[in-house]
Amino acid sequence: MTVHDAITRAHREEWARMVAALTRRFGDLDIAEEAAAEAFATAVERWPTDGVPPNPGAWLTTTAQRRAIDRIRRESRREAKQQEARMWQDEAPEPVGAVEDERLRLVFVCCHPALAPDARVALTLRLVGGLTVAEIARAFLVQESAMARRITRAKTKIKAARIPYRVPAAEDLPRRVSGVLAVLFLVFNEGYLPTGPDTDPVRQDLTAEAIRLTRLLRALLPKDGEVAGLLALMLMTEARRTARVSPAGELVALEEQDRSAWDAALIAEGHRLIRERLDSGEAPGRYQLLAAINAVHTSARAMDDTDWSQVVALYDQLVRLDRSPVVALNRAIALAELDSPAVALASVDRLAQTLEGYHAFHAARAELLRRLGRTAEARAAYDRAVELAGNTAETAALTRRRDRL
Amino acid sequence: MQYLLNVIHDSAEFATEAEQAAIVVFNQQMKADGYWVFAGGLGVTDNATVVDNRGDEPLVTDGPFVETKEYVVGFWIIEAPDLDVALKLAAGGSKACNRKVEVRPFL
Repeated sequence: MTVHDAITRAHREEWARMVAALTRRFGDLDIAEEAAAEAFATAVERWPTDGVPPNPGAWLTTTAQRRAIDRIRRESRREAKQQEARMWQDEAPEPVGAVEDERLRLVFVCCHPALAPDARVALTLRLVGGLTVAEIARAFLVQESAMARRITRAKTKIKAARIPYRVPAAEDLPRRVSGVLAVLFLVFNEGYLPTGPDTDPVRQDLTAEAIRLTRLLRALLPKDGEVAGLLALMLMTEARRTARVSPAGELVALEEQDRSAWDAALIAEGHRLIRERLDSGEAPGRYQLLAAINAVHTSARAMDDTDWSQVVALYDQLVRLDRSPVVALNRAIALAELDSPAVALASVDRLAQTLEGYHAFHAARAELLRRLGRTAEARAAYDRAVELAGNTAETAALTRRRDRL
Repeated sequence: MQYLLNVIHDSAEFATEAEQAAIVVFNQQMKADGYWVFAGGLGVTDNATVVDNRGDEPLVTDGPFVETKEYVVGFWIIEAPDLDVALKLAAGGSKACNRKVEVRPFL
């Protein structure tokens, strides 16, 4: 293993743990983040000449702690900080072996409902994921200075309003976990279908980071069905990543994808998670249902082999949990396969009022109209879809379908 | 740590009898649980007066400092260990008085 690999690996494995431990010790997210970053900068400087230490995690933690203490001294706020750190410790004494719990606390702070949703995403990627501010800014197409302000503002609020650094009480846990999952799903989706004229069709850095963080959450909350569901959903979606974009940079629809290019190992892992959830006998939540729908798709060797009645039945369950018109739209698209394009179109048209500004609504209509031989109307619907779509690969695919009419 | 819970008034109607009764119950619970510091109702902003003595002499103006449809109609000051506790109390207060509540930490 090269020194560079050793640092990358240590960063992946130790970053969140370090930030969490430093936050607990010094009672300040800002100091924790800066000290962790400085420890890695020191490693980059020293490891190539000194060699990789036998225990990189311990080396980094010690270095970061020294940096944090240096900073506190430098700012001559030592008294106040030490008092603060002591106070945090007094409130909740650290049980032995609670390392996993430590990172979980960090996740819950970053995804706290009192923070703005975009700040939650940014803070989670920075403090838990260890992405740099520049990387996060690039991922969300904002100026680095604006992203830095967003993160600083969130950290300031955490401190000033005293957002607690702890795992929520059992009665609040389901709601708070669902808030964390929403953040992770948002990160994944932004990677899976990035918006913006000059972005790559898929941002694997973001999908990979979302999966990594969801795996972490799963390790921390192994009994939570929705955590398992979201992880399964991400894995089965990620499995189709390479088949989803053509060499020409066009989005490839499910029926046209080369299924042999799907990642069998990721699909198998997703299926295992879904089976585990089915065996639990608990009623599935939104992510588990979405994952189950994906499991049906990824079980079919060809589009024609798809068990559409199962897909529609799962959507029926999902509609009961999630009244969103987007879910209704996806149900209607599945209905075209189980029943007929005409029946599906009637369902889709009922959503016109709420989904008029959503490109996928027009794309679905266009496809159904095409299948019904209503070419002129299909063309108009494709035009509208192209106009509204934000993803480059999707725009290319829609344009091709329109021009093929 | 102290928090200010501002009650935001955003409708034409003032507290009904049922709301007032619910607020009394809520206040008693806050006192019993040790969160209570102070509370007060403020009513309409028509009776507000603004004083500005940053110049040579005090300037007195009738009305609130800014005219808005939504305004603070009352408040609680509470003592709570952290924001999660404050948010829970705000949720209880919002339910009791049937209004939005803004939570602000004291410096």
